[in-house]
Amino acid sequence: MSVTTAREAGMVACHRCELVHNADQTTCRRCAAKLHSRKPQSIQRVWAWLIVGVIAYIPANLYPMLATRQLATTHEDTIVGGVVVLVEAGAYGIAAIIFFASVVVPLSKFGVIALLAWSVTRPSGLSRHSRVHLHEIIEFVGRWSMIDVFVVALLAALVQLGAAASVHPGPAAVCFALSVAFTMLSAQSFDPRLIWDQPESTAKDI
Amino acid sequence: MTLLACPSCDALHDVPDLRVGQRAYCLRCDRMLVSGRQTSLDRTLAMAFAVAILILFALFFPFLSIEELGFGNTTTLLGVAAAFLTGWLIPLTAAVTASIIAIPLMRVGFLVYALFPLWRGGAAPRHAARVFRWSEALRPWSMAEIFVLGSAVALVKVADLATIGFGPAFWAFCAAVVIIAFERQITDSASIWSILDDEK
Ligand SMILES: [Zn+2]
Ligand SMILES: [Zn+2]
Repeated sequence: MSVTTAREAGMVACHRCELVHNADQTTCRRCAAKLHSRKPQSIQRVWAWLIVGVIAYIPANLYPMLATRQLATTHEDTIVGGVVVLVEAGAYGIAAIIFFASVVVPLSKFGVIALLAWSVTRPSGLSRHSRVHLHEIIEFVGRWSMIDVFVVALLAALVQLGAAASVHPGPAAVCFALSVAFTMLSAQSFDPRLIWDQPESTAKDI
Repeated sequence: MTLLACPSCDALHDVPDLRVGQRAYCLRCDRMLVSGRQTSLDRTLAMAFAVAILILFALFFPFLSIEELGFGNTTTLLGVAAAFLTGWLIPLTAAVTASIIAIPLMRVGFLVYALFPLWRGGAAPRHAARVFRWSEALRPWSMAEIFVLGSAVALVKVADLATIGFGPAFWAFCAAVVIIAFERQITDSASIWSILDDEK
């Protein structure tokens, strides 16, 4: 299918409000955002945020997410350790939610972002449509990873029962929150237009 | 007819004016470009005020309480953020406060600033479009609904061990989240942009 892009037509669309301008304009006349035909240094930013996101995810899994004290005994749980405890207690539903939000989503998000950034600079076996869908999915799902941080916050605020029991947050909470925020920034830095800028010969359509 | 560039693939389209319920999709990548929705300022502003009132109300009342073996504890929304007020977890207090309280409030504040004068029949305030842009840019960082799901998970975790009491702030916050989700469904930012355009 032959389409004309805004860039080919000598125009630029505002990334914030989508108003179309002539390419010589630098600021959106409607919402005052800076105009760019493509997000500046998109791929470099994607990699930079992704790398710090992956780095922050490592201590997020090594350190305890929370410490539970019941009467005289204290035990600390990492993210995965907490999931194991839930499974052993028979709480399969919330074990699945936490495992999905804290392990499956972050790891697959790292992989998908890397794949997208990699695929716009090299010939790719994935069709353009599937890559656009992948980007939409990670933009939508990524923020839900934050759920475990909120679980810890609420438990630590609520379960303060003097000598009987108390819950305290662990250092993994801050690393995990940073990892989620960094990967959200990484996904936001990716410009899906780059997928379509590749010549037809290197990207196969469905 | 409106000239639109697809935000996903940059393809230019001449989109005709749509009737309510019609949608226009990109010819190349299938992304939805615009939907003919009737955004009413009445409804958008009513929801913005409702969210602001509910969240502010939730700040000053008990959120959840717990009781076990004669010990009891009650927490507020700010108490949840304050759970991280130890050592180098302190930045998380700011992040949690921002994502569940400050950013949702800022978003509705921006909406009211940009749209309320128009609703009253006056001119658009200074920088109305810029302020609406900020409100849209903050969307992914407003995490009230994720917090509510997190609260549900936490409650399931402790339900077997202790007795839980729901405070008025809990219900108010849940109501705010439902309204925010509803607002996301019915508000069409393109039509708000064009309302702001007409006022220039
Ligand atoms: Zn703009
Ligand atoms: Zn498109």
